[in-house]
Amino acid sequence: MASTEEIRSNLAEIVNEIAGIPVEDVQLDKSFTDDLDVDSLSMVEVVVAAEEKFSVKIPDDEVKNLKTVGDAVAFIERAQNG
Amino acid sequence: MGILDGKRILVAGVTLDSSIGFATAKVAQEQGATVLISNFGRALSITKRIAKRLPVEPPVLELDVTDDEHLAALPDKIREHVDGLDGVVHSIAYGNPETILGGKFLDGPWDDVSRAVHVSAYSLKALAVTCAPLMSRGGSIVGLTFDATVAWPGYDWMGVAKAALESTSRYLARDLGAQGIRCNLVSAGPLKTLAAKAIPGFEKFEEPWLERAPLGWDPSDLEPTGKTIVGLLSDFFPSTTGEIVHVDGGYHAMGA
Ligand SMILES: NC(=O)c1ccc[n+]([C@@H]2O[C@H](COP(=O)([O-])OP(=O)(O)OC[C@H]3O[C@@H](n4cnc5c(N)ncnc54)[C@H](O)[C@@H]3O)[C@@H](O)[C@H]2O)c1
Repeated sequence: MASTEEIRSNLAEIVNEIAGIPVEDVQLDKSFTDDLDVDSLSMVEVVVAAEEKFSVKIPDDEVKNLKTVGDAVAFIERAQNG
Repeated sequence: MGILDGKRILVAGVTLDSSIGFATAKVAQEQGATVLISNFGRALSITKRIAKRLPVEPPVLELDVTDDEHLAALPDKIREHVDGLDGVVHSIAYGNPETILGGKFLDGPWDDVSRAVHVSAYSLKALAVTCAPLMSRGGSIVGLTFDATVAWPGYDWMGVAKAALESTSRYLARDLGAQGIRCNLVSAGPLKTLAAKAIPGFEKFEEPWLERAPLGWDPSDLEPTGKTIVGLLSDFFPSTTGEIVHVDGGYHAMGA
């Protein structure tokens, strides 16, 4: 099972590839929109890429609850374990 | 054996697996078609990822339907993959949700209205004229509308653009008929796609639909719409053109 830190760093690579944010900025307490300036279209792409990378389904209704990197990491952890 | 065996189909306007275009491409592949998909701008990179979720990963072409250079280059891009086309699906619309949707009809500025009509209606003509030389008798063009005969809450200038699309389709049916090419629209009920979620107040459509549609309606099931589009692409509607087929659970036919 992937650790929280592994998920965070894999997610950081995705956010870096899609939105050009330095990987070291993608920390658990950071908000995608307010801190990292990830716009809605990039967020859609991050979700699609994360679904592939972590083999999980992130339902559309769930995406609006994923405000911070930590929210996303926690969701992925739960989805992988569930 | 499928109803699109051997047919070559371009589906323009696929972003997510929740796009009507995705469901169409999926059913078309299941029915034996060779499918190409397209999208524009920044959404193109999403399409490239999503293409892998289809039964067969299709070529992904770049096409902004308002860009004359993209349109001019399209036939050659298509020919890199297939030697002609039997069907074209136009699954494209855009209206600025801040200015011309969501109840600000009386203030809608012309620039945004004209963009909506260009992307959502005129582009059917542009795509049809671009692709017609690749098509032969029996070819089929299908677009997507949302019933433009009445006014809807919040739909506003997008409704006007859809009225233009419905009319454009009839004129295309007239002018492409001599070449044996059909042009029809599918009028779908409300579906939870990316485009729909951008419409402020879109949820308001759902409730009455669920109550009134005699067959019921599932806003997250794209398959009925995809299947109907594939039906119109097939040889089973050989004398149908300029038509609007409702895929709405029967909602449009009920008075209350
Ligand atoms: N979702 C609904 O409730 C519903 C109901 C009836 C009809 N429709 C129609 O179905 C069609 C597909 O929409 P959808 O609901 O699947 O949403 P969608 O957002 O998945 O698809 C719309 C597509 O249009 C593309 N697009 C926008 N501007 C473009 C441009 N300039 N050039 C090329 N492509 C462009 C987008 O990138 C996207 O792929 C639209 O015409 C829409 O109006 C939708």
